[in-house]
Amino acid sequence: MLKIENLHAKVGDKEILKGVSLTINDGEIHALMGTNGAGKSTLSNVIVGNPSYEVTEGSITFNAQDLLAMSPEERAHAGIFMSFQAPIEIPGVSMTNFMRAAVNARREAQGKEPLKSTDFLKIMREKRKLVEIDQKLMNRSVNEGFSGGERKRNEIFQMAMLEPTFCILDETDSGLDVDALRIVAEGFNKLRTAETSAVVITHYQRLLDYIRPDFVHVLIDGHIVKSGTAELAQQIEEKGFDWIKEELG
Amino acid sequence: MTSEQQYIELYSEASELIKSKSCNVMNAVRDEAFGIFRQTGFPSKKVERYKYTDVDAAFAPNYGISLSPLTIKPSAYIYNLKDAPVDATPYYHQIADHADAITALNTALVHDALFIHVPRNQRAEDPIVVDYWLRGTAATMMNRRILIVIEQGAEATVIITDHAADKQRFLTTQVIEVFCHDNAHLDLYEIEETTPLCSRFSNVYIHQGRDCSVKHNSITLTGGQTRNLCDVYLQGENSDITLNGCAIGSGTQRIDNNTLIRHEAPHCTSQELYKYVVDDKSVGAFAGKIYVAPNAQHITSQETNANLCASPEARMYTQPMLEIYADDVKCAHGSTVGVMDESALFYMRQRGIPEPEARTLLKNAFMGQVIDQIKFEPLRQKLYVKVEKRFRGQLDKCDDCRLCK
Repeated sequence: MLKIENLHAKVGDKEILKGVSLTINDGEIHALMGTNGAGKSTLSNVIVGNPSYEVTEGSITFNAQDLLAMSPEERAHAGIFMSFQAPIEIPGVSMTNFMRAAVNARREAQGKEPLKSTDFLKIMREKRKLVEIDQKLMNRSVNEGFSGGERKRNEIFQMAMLEPTFCILDETDSGLDVDALRIVAEGFNKLRTAETSAVVITHYQRLLDYIRPDFVHVLIDGHIVKSGTAELAQQIEEKGFDWIKEELG
Repeated sequence: MTSEQQYIELYSEASELIKSKSCNVMNAVRDEAFGIFRQTGFPSKKVERYKYTDVDAAFAPNYGISLSPLTIKPSAYIYNLKDAPVDATPYYHQIADHADAITALNTALVHDALFIHVPRNQRAEDPIVVDYWLRGTAATMMNRRILIVIEQGAEATVIITDHAADKQRFLTTQVIEVFCHDNAHLDLYEIEETTPLCSRFSNVYIHQGRDCSVKHNSITLTGGQTRNLCDVYLQGENSDITLNGCAIGSGTQRIDNNTLIRHEAPHCTSQELYKYVVDDKSVGAFAGKIYVAPNAQHITSQETNANLCASPEARMYTQPMLEIYADDVKCAHGSTVGVMDESALFYMRQRGIPEPEARTLLKNAFMGQVIDQIKFEPLRQKLYVKVEKRFRGQLDKCDDCRLCK
């Protein structure tokens, strides 16, 4: 599904990714762990095409397409979704209108007619229930006045609406209490199909108890320095990252 | 020859003709107004209130003057000033600034005036609608005059629209004098939907008595060069004024709003919110002054001007001003100029919303705050649609006008 080869990227003049290679097949969940500033968020932002990040070397292919040649919206239409670490407030744009624009833009890219208003609202209602998000939030401006937990839940709600095939969860667990974490993770699990793949970025084992990764990678200073199975996350939870750094010498 | 010279010559040649088409009330002040215009000429950019508009250049082209009569569909409260049932002498050209060159020129050249009069304690149930249509086969100058008198305890909603039906160069001068008497209420809307070939110079003067409220909404959807001045005189206690402005510029449009609120009585309130979205190479200017006289104690005033520069080449000038001579008042003013929120744009694009659509949504959301203020519900709904269409570039002709080609 997604193939990253020798990826180098910078923000401003600072090189953050220094040659990352990673292959994610259909249906696989990969956890990405690492110290602060290692480049985890940079990697996810480069995958979704954030214009603040510049790729200087390497390639990313997504279902055999050259991802780096595509605009952020084209990547979204191709099935890529990122749950933002810090979801953005958009004053004056209601959640309903925002979602309608997003769903219909995607349908248009697929050559489908825009959804009828009643059908759209029906789908909204169904998906809302999945992540237990309140109807009153739908009439508010996007993320405006949402609590931390509501924002993260809202990200998963948007995922439900857009039905992506490849998801990035960028520290979706940060700022969530135990109950909210469970709702968000269970929401994600319900949405998954056999083909859905994901990259889960987290500092904690807790999220991975709910969303079981097939592989765990450790990113330090712009390189993937260690890869393993779910057990690796367990080890990191117990021992931190220092032992990996020592291994590297 | 400077620009004013052609108008001085025009007046010498045509003043008798204009007078013959006009009425005593208007003719009585005509020569004096012309005298002031001849003496002062057009204001240069050194004149503070005309700093952002090149008046001379706007009036330089050779326009034919339109002397066609007003057509008024018989309806309640609207009259041609000539036939009004009430003597307009105590009102006509009484609060307009005699020293202002545009007002002086308008007073000299205007032949017909519209008189909106709502008698004491009457409530105009339906909004009073005035649609102006610019029509002509050659470059034409229009001089408009409106007198609005809301008598004691009366209430009205007045909607004035400005359209250009022909793709022609038009120059408009407009003077509106508003008298809102004690305990009266007026909602006044001005909506400009003209073309890039049009220049508009509008001066609005509002006089308020005590315990009364006026809401003035100035909406510039499309146009060429727009210069709106609005002066408010709060002369009775316990009155309220709201000034709202929505200005949308694109292409090489210029929009200049200049407002003055004079608090001359105690216990009054004023709110002002002007928002601009300037795109392409358009230029916006806002200057708003709140003046508080020494005796105008216990007033509350809030002035806000917020602007969005949607392209790197668009320009915005903003100048909020407070001049306070009373010591027990609450006044606030603020102004912002910003660009598109890149993080919001990216967030929307990540969800699959194409960049142009995302920009439209953000501009529309920004302007929505001003449209939200519109009290008259059907107009508010219509303007939500029009503003969105404007941002989508679909407002080159208005869908609800039979005359627009």
